[in-house]
Amino acid sequence: MNKESQQKQKKTFKRDVAILMIVLLVTVILSSFFPDKRPELINVSWGFLIEMAAILPAVMILMGLFAVFVPKDTIVNHLGETSGIKGIALALFFGALPTGPLYLAFPLAAVLIKKGARISNIIVFLSAWACIKIPQEMMELQFLGVKFMAARLVLTIVFVIVMGLIIEGLLEWEEKKFNKN
Amino acid sequence: MNVTAIFINIFSLLLLLIAFIKDRKKTKQALKIALKSFIAILPMVLIIIILIGLLLSFVSSSDISTIIGEQSGFSGVLIVALFGSVMHIPSLISFPLAASVLKNGASVMAVAAFITTLTMIGLLMLPLEIKELGKKMALLRNGLSFVFAILIALLMGAVL
Repeated sequence: MNKESQQKQKKTFKRDVAILMIVLLVTVILSSFFPDKRPELINVSWGFLIEMAAILPAVMILMGLFAVFVPKDTIVNHLGETSGIKGIALALFFGALPTGPLYLAFPLAAVLIKKGARISNIIVFLSAWACIKIPQEMMELQFLGVKFMAARLVLTIVFVIVMGLIIEGLLEWEEKKFNKN
Repeated sequence: MNVTAIFINIFSLLLLLIAFIKDRKKTKQALKIALKSFIAILPMVLIIIILIGLLLSFVSSSDISTIIGEQSGFSGVLIVALFGSVMHIPSLISFPLAASVLKNGASVMAVAAFITTLTMIGLLMLPLEIKELGKKMALLRNGLSFVFAILIALLMGAVL
């Protein structure tokens, strides 16, 4: 990780802590004005805290492991050279691996564009990275249940592929038009 | 602890064990990253947990249901989708929030729209995306993602 993003992370952390303090303060004031709401407030928050504590460390360890053991070069090399159904499947697979937030994927996608990878692959890769990540699916399974998670996963995979093909088609169509003129 | 949590913990521990046998140094580095990201996300987690507590104790289910419930229809889904596109909270912690409103009057459509737009679209990240991918691709991706997120949400509502 470079210095710039490290500094940005520190700033975000400080901001989050400040927001947390404000939220805490507001909550304490609110619950002293409405003592009858206090039991439910504590009950609900405590329940979610326990559920989070049960799953978040495991998810973080998983993300750490994949960040270290799946080098970015592997992803770029595989996606840069594969196309067709196999390419899309690979894009889904690499995108879904538990490896950090979306802004980390943009530079990778930029390298893929330069390497001449299929646009549909890149879009599917980015979309999978954004919303089909394994840790997300785990959290979704934990909090929203298997039916919700499975239905959204299937629909998302289908539409992400459709979107990749549409964007590729649009960009290629435009390029052709541009070349003719 | 429920079955899902136990399963995920066992899965992570198993992978951790395999990684440790394979390469101790790399595994140590992975744990360091894990700890760092855990600390980084912790304030946000606590904020969301408190907000959920406030939301459920101060706002009644019928209020939630009026704004983003079944009867709010398409406009409810649209509002939630716009909200999800602009918000910038880690998707990992959006799920407890989604679960809490779903149990208290929100529709499946609205919740699906929120999660999908929140993860797929990042208006705050758009400048970065444009810089890396170019204006055309970035705008197309975000725009179409919004349309498809709403489609996914409507279909989720029909299926579940």
